[in-house]
Amino acid sequence: MIPAIALVLGVALGLVFQPGVPLWLQPYLPIAVVAALDALFGAVRAQLDGIFDDKVFVISFVANVLVAALVVFLGDQLGVGSQLSTGVVVVLGIRIFSNAAAIRRHAFHA
Amino acid sequence: MRRRFDVMPSMPEGDRRRPDRDRRSPEGDRRERPSRARGPLPRRSQLLVGLLCATLGFALAVQVHTTRSTPSLAAARPEDLVSILDDLTARGDRLRAEADSLTATRDRLTAGGQESTAALDEARQRADTLGILAGTVPATGAGIVLTITDPQASVRSDVLLDTMEELRDAGAEAMSVSGVRVVTSTYFLDRDGGVEVDGRLLRPPYVFLVIGDPRTLAAALDIPGGVLDTVRRRPGASAAVEQQPQVDVTALRALVTPRYARPAAAESGSIG
Repeated sequence: MIPAIALVLGVALGLVFQPGVPLWLQPYLPIAVVAALDALFGAVRAQLDGIFDDKVFVISFVANVLVAALVVFLGDQLGVGSQLSTGVVVVLGIRIFSNAAAIRRHAFHA
Repeated sequence: MRRRFDVMPSMPEGDRRRPDRDRRSPEGDRRERPSRARGPLPRRSQLLVGLLCATLGFALAVQVHTTRSTPSLAAARPEDLVSILDDLTARGDRLRAEADSLTATRDRLTAGGQESTAALDEARQRADTLGILAGTVPATGAGIVLTITDPQASVRSDVLLDTMEELRDAGAEAMSVSGVRVVTSTYFLDRDGGVEVDGRLLRPPYVFLVIGDPRTLAAALDIPGGVLDTVRRRPGASAAVEQQPQVDVTALRALVTPRYARPAAAESGSIG
């Protein structure tokens, strides 16, 4: 329950304050958000599978975000930033979809 | 999260009767037990999870807001920006060249328009002049009115022709005889009781409306042996000249298109 409330609270805070994104963070924030979403969907799936673990969630969340940012950063340095971000988004998107499918199977038995 | 774990097994409790749920509920129970054994740690990691989720929500909202509010250029990469800038520069150059050529075209057309306006004015003026000469437009101006009364019809066509020639010599610019416009092709023929001018039979009195310098015209008619003398020598005939500041020659003559003569293109330009 706490994570859901915290998520809603975070969204509300973001909507209320609407801070500008610092320039250095701008290339990484979208990718980091997608990576965190992937971690969140994985957590929900693990929750439904009954194998959820706080530590795993925290580590996978942070690692996902950091790795995604690192990949984008490396891509920018190598001159293939936009292509690599696209690749990261595609991979994360596929994972989110498969997690969502698992969640759907749990929720609707279909 | 721990709390959710506590809740989760209790939540599907109603489902526990369902056989397919049986597999899950013991699993939840098994998880529940070691978590309580860990003591304060779950609470901390629980808060950590909540914090991460809050961060995610916050970042999500901020990112959505940023994407919506800022123009897409602000989030674009440097190389994309460079290519966009290149595109814009090339397009700007192209548009500038187009604007230059259009400006040149406009200047040319404006100049041409002024030239053609001037040419049109000149042509109109020339048409007026030619129209007065050809008798196709009414004319007005200073001049004289010459009235020849001839009850016995003794003034013949030769006198009228002399009168016309005399007036022309004196600088008459437009002339009509009793409502007939006098032009280059005007002729006078003797008829019974009058004179035929350009196909119309005129009977006395003959009224000449003449535009030109009134004094010159009057003097030209009044010289000894001139028109007035000649007329007065005819039996019963008399002539009177009135100088007037404005004479209206309103009689018109239909324009006849020449059958054979054509303007020579090279010569027409040198007239003006």
